[in-house]
Amino acid sequence: MQEHLSILLVVIPLVAAPIAAMLPRGRMPWMVTLMVTFICAILAGMQLWTVVHDGTISYELGGWAPPWGIEYRIDAVNAMVALIVAGIAALTLPYALLSVEKEIPERQIPLFYSAFLLCFTGLLGITQTGDIFNVFVFLEISSLSSYALISLGRKRQALTSAYQYLIMGTLGATFFLIGVGLIYSQTGTLNMMDLAERLPEVSGLKTVHTGFAFIMIGVALKLALFPLHLWLPNAYTYAPTVITIFLAATATKVALYVMLRILFTIFPDGFVSATPTGDLFILSGMAGILSASIYAIYQMDIKRLLAYSSVAQIGYMAMGIGFASAMGVTATIIHLFNHALMKGALFMAVGAIIYRIGVCRLDNIQGLGRQMPWTFGAIVISGLSLIGVPGTAGFVSKWYLVLAALEQEAWIAVAIILIGSLLAVVYMGKLIEALYFKPATETNLAVKEAPMLLLIPTGALVLANIYFGLDTELTVGVAERATQALGVAAK
Amino acid sequence: MMAGFYTVISRGNLVKKIIGLNIFQVSVFLLYISIGTVAGGAAPIITEGVELYSNPLPHVLILTAIVVGVATTALGLALVVRIKEAYGTIEEGEIHEQDHSL
Repeated sequence: MQEHLSILLVVIPLVAAPIAAMLPRGRMPWMVTLMVTFICAILAGMQLWTVVHDGTISYELGGWAPPWGIEYRIDAVNAMVALIVAGIAALTLPYALLSVEKEIPERQIPLFYSAFLLCFTGLLGITQTGDIFNVFVFLEISSLSSYALISLGRKRQALTSAYQYLIMGTLGATFFLIGVGLIYSQTGTLNMMDLAERLPEVSGLKTVHTGFAFIMIGVALKLALFPLHLWLPNAYTYAPTVITIFLAATATKVALYVMLRILFTIFPDGFVSATPTGDLFILSGMAGILSASIYAIYQMDIKRLLAYSSVAQIGYMAMGIGFASAMGVTATIIHLFNHALMKGALFMAVGAIIYRIGVCRLDNIQGLGRQMPWTFGAIVISGLSLIGVPGTAGFVSKWYLVLAALEQEAWIAVAIILIGSLLAVVYMGKLIEALYFKPATETNLAVKEAPMLLLIPTGALVLANIYFGLDTELTVGVAERATQALGVAAK
Repeated sequence: MMAGFYTVISRGNLVKKIIGLNIFQVSVFLLYISIGTVAGGAAPIITEGVELYSNPLPHVLILTAIVVGVATTALGLALVVRIKEAYGTIEEGEIHEQDHSL
């Protein structure tokens, strides 16, 4: 079983998906999904452990040796991202039971969990595979199921936002496909390690540059990198709460991993600095941080506010990539992990409010902080983490990002990072003001604290935010290993 | 390729957008197939007397991509049907007037 670890992570949820669809209504589909996510989380943990202690895992699918067969190649980067995906899924599932029963019509629940498992398979598959065409296939598995999941939202706008995401997402995936094709035409291989060997010879060719540009735009669309983020606020706002939590904490992270892998492992050293790629990332990162944070301040819908904040946080990660230094990429990977923790916690806490009052506009939630003290506490702590207050996870990643910027003497970038944090204080402040300092309305006085089943996963993520803010050894250690594994040259 | 891409961006009708998306995808499939050609190569079936074969791998890849394309189109059209039920129209502009979501 040990040697089949990597493939089991993809096969188990894939097989479970049709099973969940065929189960009778009631709680059975949920039970199956819960078990699958827990098994996957344990397997992903074992995988990371194996990679850290014994080095890279290479698994040949069906016994076909690479580069002819598909290879699953796991090093510290994908092992970590796989653990994030599986871990967040395992935490979301206990939360899902009540939330899904409230938001999804009963006859659709088995199908909901089936689509959720498919989305989970796709995301895990992207992290596991070492074949670039395989990435496209898994990308589409996860995207198609997430379009379906988003369209299950209660408002009719969920349909239009799912459609919008479908158009944008398919364009992105097709761009990725064009890029892969062009690069394949010059190198004759699709295996990532093989590509890394053969690309230096041909990296001066125009075709390779064009292919590279197509891939970057394609992945940036999936990543919701500013200014390609237009699908994200709508999709996150109208999707069912559970899906918002899951996608916000994992989908963009996986796209970011693909970006890192292509930029630093597949393309040769110095390709990023020889082309304007790095500067473009820094520019779009800075523009994203500023504009999305300002948008966030003016939102009345909390989910939309947090969605815009996600776009801003992706800007920070893009900046780290743009620096193209070991420090910058380490900062990006740490932020990837931490952002999954804080956005997961925030969306869960907001989901608890939605569970109780059904809406999440700023003028509906007045005074709820006193009625729901635990939920409110979770919002405050993960909000502080989002801002980057010392002692929380958010501080660690911002600290590393500022160090990376200082190392390159990019003063404007340092200023933008700090301004971004201040803007985060403003929009989180608005949320906390509405929750705590505004007098409660009549109806809100009757609202009770959210049920334990919603509070426990939220609490677990909030505690993780504090733990990884205080004990940085684990995250920074793994992130540094991951940076090495990606092959980023230390400067 | 560009014709399809332009249709997706410029048309307000949701079904026309999906048609554009299809044209865009199919042209990418053709791009792949054309990459696989080897000048003077025969079809990739092993027979006596033939030394030079075209590359069969792009065909195999595109089979997968066609499946993905079919699934995308089906899901897209299903969403259009639901949108028509909810809004009574499939024109982007009219949906936008009903609520500011797009």
